[in-house]
Amino acid sequence: MVDLSVQLAGVTLKNPIIPASGTFGYGREFAEFYDLNLLGSFSWKGTTRAPRPGNPQPRIAETASGMLNAVGLQNPGMDAVLRDEIPHIARIFQGPVIANVCGFSLEEYAENCRRLEEAEQVRILEVNISCPNVHAGGKNFGSDPQGAAAVTRAVRAATKKPIFLKLSPNVTDIAEIARACAGEGADGLCLINTLLGMRIDLNTKRPLLANRTGGLSGPAVFPVALRMIWDVYEAVKLPIIGCGGVSSAEDAAEMLLAGASAVEVGAANLRDPYVCKTILENLPAVCQRLGVQTITDLIGGSHHGE
Amino acid sequence: MKQSILILEQSRQLARDVWELVLKGDTSAVTAPGQFVNLELPGKFLRRPISVCDWTENGLTLLVKEAGEGTKELVRLSAGTPLDVLSGLGNGFGFTAAEEGVLVGGGIGAAPLYGLARRMAEAGRKPKAVLGFRSKEDAFYLEEFASLGVEVWAATEDGSLGAKGFVTDLLRGLPDCRYVFACGPTPMLKAIHALPQLTGGQFSFEARMACGFGACVGCTIQMKNGLRRVCKDGPVFRKEEIVW
Repeated sequence: MVDLSVQLAGVTLKNPIIPASGTFGYGREFAEFYDLNLLGSFSWKGTTRAPRPGNPQPRIAETASGMLNAVGLQNPGMDAVLRDEIPHIARIFQGPVIANVCGFSLEEYAENCRRLEEAEQVRILEVNISCPNVHAGGKNFGSDPQGAAAVTRAVRAATKKPIFLKLSPNVTDIAEIARACAGEGADGLCLINTLLGMRIDLNTKRPLLANRTGGLSGPAVFPVALRMIWDVYEAVKLPIIGCGGVSSAEDAAEMLLAGASAVEVGAANLRDPYVCKTILENLPAVCQRLGVQTITDLIGGSHHGE
Repeated sequence: MKQSILILEQSRQLARDVWELVLKGDTSAVTAPGQFVNLELPGKFLRRPISVCDWTENGLTLLVKEAGEGTKELVRLSAGTPLDVLSGLGNGFGFTAAEEGVLVGGGIGAAPLYGLARRMAEAGRKPKAVLGFRSKEDAFYLEEFASLGVEVWAATEDGSLGAKGFVTDLLRGLPDCRYVFACGPTPMLKAIHALPQLTGGQFSFEARMACGFGACVGCTIQMKNGLRRVCKDGPVFRKEEIVW
């Protein structure tokens, strides 16, 4: 019997598999496919203060080994999440929930985190710093160490819950951003968010997505995510939630070996709604093949001997 | 909603870019005409959403338009190929409470209307079908509709089959048509929706989607009563809720 349980900043997950934000809504749709209680946790859809309709259509494009999305943070807003989604989540999932929180100003980040303080089931705040900063000309908070540090500081002051900053891969040096977050009291990091990309429609000769660009996810980004997790694991002593292109138990094991303490599964859910269930079914055998009875023994395993 | 493996039994070309695929397997999740399936294709990351043309207890008929690489490969798969299918997706057409309605299809949009026509015929109804195509080479299923006892009116843009023009031209000539079941390209749906003679109708929408079951919200559109996912809240929407 392999022990799959992992720790994230003092929060115990019975296993390291977490559906990633933006691919799992607030759990409702996947609860029609399987019992969500087999998951370690899930990260809900990025939530902002006000409801957001998101970007115009089309928002989805396929790529080699992946997809682009330009959903644009469509979400019902914090009021509706507190009123409708949190009570509903309690009916379909009894484990710890990761709340993905977005903001367009430092004040909004802080307020959104503060409002989740009483939500007992929310055990970790995953702070998405890929949102444009309305006070800095729309540049993403996560695109430089100063912005990342400022969000971490604002959120740290607003909540006692563990905060995991979700980092953007669209930067020159992700380790530098990770150190900036660590310096302001982050409890952990989640990486990576999607990679900026685009496609052009040969029929119209125009960008395929109405938003022009979108976020690349799926197996195509897996090696990029892995490399960044490896770099950040070397740079900071914080637990890492690995995210990016995972679609099998073997991928999850690679991510743990790179340094992740838990693994988010994103775009793969959209192709195969049962993928997290399948990964969990296969994970014990993969651990045994790698010679471990306790999955935490894999974490950072690829760094040994460096 | 159900994920199952269906076996491709037969694929045959019906028109210039249109193929009929017959799949065998579990169809228990399909409950209404106008629903769709999402097919996994080897080597493609995203599934391909295809509306259900017709179904029986153990078989599914899909009409597929070759639109890109994925569908080009799909229609050429050999008989016996297993396909991973998410079925019973979306809300389809309903006709019990509807007025005497006319089926209006544009191009591949005629596909789900066939399943609807068969169920209406089985319920003792004899709907009319107004089907529009680019040209004669693109037309399909006219005899299949007729064999259900459906009176078929065809229009082609070049006049090579039926009336020359659009389905809306034919509908204007049917002033008694007050309710439609429509599926086709967005400009066609919009033109039908604007016909002053209509008191109601059901319109099937198309969108680029990823999951097909409501989770990714990639296909969200604005409706009168808020944001709606084409895949989960549609693809069929009622006339009164639509905004363009």
